Amino acid sequence: MDAPQTGEGAHIGKSVVIKGELSGSEDLYVDGNVEGNIELRNNSLTVGPNGNVKANVSAKSVVIQGKLDGSVSASERVELQKSAVVTGDVTTQRIAIEEGAFLKGKVDIQKEAGKAAAPASSSSS
Amino acid sequence: MAYVSDNVMKFFRSSSNQAADPAVPQKLSRRSSGIGEVSRLLNSQEGLCVLDMGSTSANNIRFFTGKGHKNYSEDLLRSSLDPALRIEDGNGNSVIDTRKFLEENLQYGNGQFDVVLCWNLPDYMEEGLVKPTIDRLWSIMKPGGFLLAFFHTREAGPDSTCYRYHVNGTDILEMQEVKFALPGRPASEKQSPRLQRVFNNRHIENLFRDFASIKFFLARDAIREVLVVR
Repeated sequence: MDAPQTGEGAHIGKSVVIKGELSGSEDLYVDGNVEGNIELRNNSLTVGPNGNVKANVSAKSVVIQGKLDGSVSASERVELQKSAVVTGDVTTQRIAIEEGAFLKGKVDIQKEAGKAAAPASSSSS
Repeated sequence: MAYVSDNVMKFFRSSSNQAADPAVPQKLSRRSSGIGEVSRLLNSQEGLCVLDMGSTSANNIRFFTGKGHKNYSEDLLRSSLDPALRIEDGNGNSVIDTRKFLEENLQYGNGQFDVVLCWNLPDYMEEGLVKPTIDRLWSIMKPGGFLLAFFHTREAGPDSTCYRYHVNGTDILEMQEVKFALPGRPASEKQSPRLQRVFNNRHIENLFRDFASIKFFLARDAIREVLVVR
């Protein structure tokens, strides 16, 4: 996934370092360093290929291309692309993992209300 | 029977054709008696804890969580290749720091797991890590828990392909070549890890001597599947 176009959400560039709590109501693209917590209840988080996030993350959907150290909670979907390195537990309804992605932690697939199965998919593998 | 022989032929064909298109890892299927036994356990109970020590696989996560079990992923082979784990011994040789490795990996409570999937990890892992890792696994497994590992037979050569395993049915595994940047090599030059050694049956029995029982399944592709009960 490429960086979002101007106007589609917030963008943290690769030279930016942030320590603390991040929350918001728009999509967020992180290609820099973030240490703390990230909360985007109804929006998506993308950790770019240069992103290095040490935080517990809560969002609607999470796409990871870079490094994330912390727990991930997504109400809809988590996607680990091939360069992703994730250390921490993942809780979501759906997860997609590309070949080459690294995940060290527990995966908890939470079933959607009214649906029997919770899909996990393997893209490009 | 035709199914098995077709797959055996596909296995050998793929070994000689790997250089043809390295960007697209081929997938091969094989029947697995070991995963068949594990599946029977998974089908008979709910809420089991499964530790998958192979390359991260969405298939496996779907298979285990779809049956109501908890899935933990830990790609121990890739973790063991971390250059930060290298130290020099008294003779100036580069060796792996086993203590640091165990401080950074397999950090779980005692008796947590019902099923541990080692896949082919012991054959590809550095010698000094194998026994300490198995000992740690003994600690974090529940009594009666299952551990599944694959060992090459002596017919296998050092260039035997290292596979990741996707559970694709009750007793069907899909195999896909593992490639990643090895220590000292550029990230662009991904390689398949090399087979470190071949264990004979006695070595395997010694490796798991603290476990309650061990069962061997000999497959036709130079692999012994070993199911160990804690």
